[in-house]
Amino acid sequence: MSANFVAFAYLVASVFFILALKGLSSPLTARRGNLFGMVGMGIAVATTLTITQNWALILACIALGGAIGAVVAQRVQMTAMPELVAFMHSLVGLAAVFIAIAAVNNPVSFGLPAVLPMGSKLELFLGTFIGAMTWSGSVIAFLKLSGRMSGAPIIFGGQHIVNLLLAIVMVGFGLWFFFSETTNWTAFATMTAIAFVLGFLIIIPIGGADMPVVISMLNSYSGWAAAGIGFSLGNPMLIIAGSLVGSSGAILSYIMCKAMNRPFLSVILGGFGSDGGAAAAAGDGAQKTYRSGSADDAAFLMGNADSVIIVPGYGLAVARAQHSVKELAHKLQEKGVNARFAIHPVAGRMPGHMNVLLAEAEIPYEQVLEMDEINSDFSNTDVVLVLGANDVVNPAANVPGSPIYGMPILDAHKARTVMVVKRSMAAGYAGLDNDLFYMDKTMMVFGDAKKVVEDMVKAL
Amino acid sequence: MIGEVDPTLINLTVFVLAVFVGYHVVWNVTPALHTPLMSVTNAISGIILVGAMLAAGPAETDWGVWLGAAAVTLAAINVFGGFLVTQRMLEMFRKKDKKGS
Repeated sequence: MSANFVAFAYLVASVFFILALKGLSSPLTARRGNLFGMVGMGIAVATTLTITQNWALILACIALGGAIGAVVAQRVQMTAMPELVAFMHSLVGLAAVFIAIAAVNNPVSFGLPAVLPMGSKLELFLGTFIGAMTWSGSVIAFLKLSGRMSGAPIIFGGQHIVNLLLAIVMVGFGLWFFFSETTNWTAFATMTAIAFVLGFLIIIPIGGADMPVVISMLNSYSGWAAAGIGFSLGNPMLIIAGSLVGSSGAILSYIMCKAMNRPFLSVILGGFGSDGGAAAAAGDGAQKTYRSGSADDAAFLMGNADSVIIVPGYGLAVARAQHSVKELAHKLQEKGVNARFAIHPVAGRMPGHMNVLLAEAEIPYEQVLEMDEINSDFSNTDVVLVLGANDVVNPAANVPGSPIYGMPILDAHKARTVMVVKRSMAAGYAGLDNDLFYMDKTMMVFGDAKKVVEDMVKAL
Repeated sequence: MIGEVDPTLINLTVFVLAVFVGYHVVWNVTPALHTPLMSVTNAISGIILVGAMLAAGPAETDWGVWLGAAAVTLAAINVFGGFLVTQRMLEMFRKKDKKGS
């Protein structure tokens, strides 16, 4: 097959990838978009097959990987999506490293000169180190998200200095590889090993609730790794697809940081927040009083309201309460109550996490509103039900001097009545007390989100 | 004639333009679909499969080919897993059957 035909087929595949992302601008076109993505991938793989020789081996590996991927995709719980995504980022990273090593070993099979030119070496260096960092960073993110490792930041003295020194040493070995006349495996292997270690070190100090940023950032890395390999192989399709993914992840990181009002650098440097279990530090020392009630009381209030806004948070995902919440909303709507959902951009552990959970429970997406769409409605809403969310409804964000000052929040405190379902009075991720809980119009309902919501449904 | 352009520069051109396209396309993605966006971009970054196939491609089998084969497997998990889980999620985003809101 001619090189021109291959290049043309790759161009077509690239266009399909762009259309795939474009489809996601609305839930109506999203499924078609995903289909475009599959078509693009099909074209890319079929075209590449024509220029390779080991068909049996390659097809067997694709079948094996494809079967594993299909099973995982079928079985994964929607609450576990963040882990799955982190897991898959790690695979891209590792694949990038493998490819780069194979390219250093046998450049000719990639259409590169037998003795690697400097430009290719630089590109392979970039592809390898981004890939290696993506792999190890994603593994840590996966362990933290799946609860196999504590979400609390791991901090030690001189952490940033160590990271910086390692980075400098890594670049040093990269330069050695770069300027060596022959293939310098020592330099290449050492550099790769350091990149793996750096990936671990960079992610361990970042706390659990900053994961939406981390996971977006790793998403971005996995794209840049693919683009880096594309540069090494002189393959524009890999560059285009990789850049699309890279910029997508970067934009998501930006949106998440903005929603927390924290600079990207401070999130990445880590050390912020706890596992969420720490007791609230009573700043003024005074014992503040709050009102608590039962699920029945809460159900009664909601049943008699005209409008209810439900604010879900990570607690909902942990308790897997999405189906019970749907029941609740349904019961309320049957009673003629205008029940809607308000989603904060960083609710949950990854961008859009809550939307997927609510969609899984078959809550129509028109009832699920973003912060900007619904914030002005809180002041004329009868009841707000906060389910396992904390910092995103903390009015301290409006108080200058507060650690979360300036963070955009859902204005739950403006509603006539606020009900908060929570396991205890413990502080949220930011380690801050939430004044919302102590307001006269607030009623706390303690318990597991799922259990409480089920009780509410029964009471209605 | 001013000589031939370095292929890296052409790649760089493609790269910069693709970043711009990505930037504009992704800002139009509705926030409700950010999770499917991540899983579909995950699948798309599985395009690295193409590089892996080239690594596994040469007829003379040495350890580089096996490394390539391993990369093909990993990338295929990504491609299939990513697209299928995205499809599964998007099936859930349905409009309300009867009365619209």
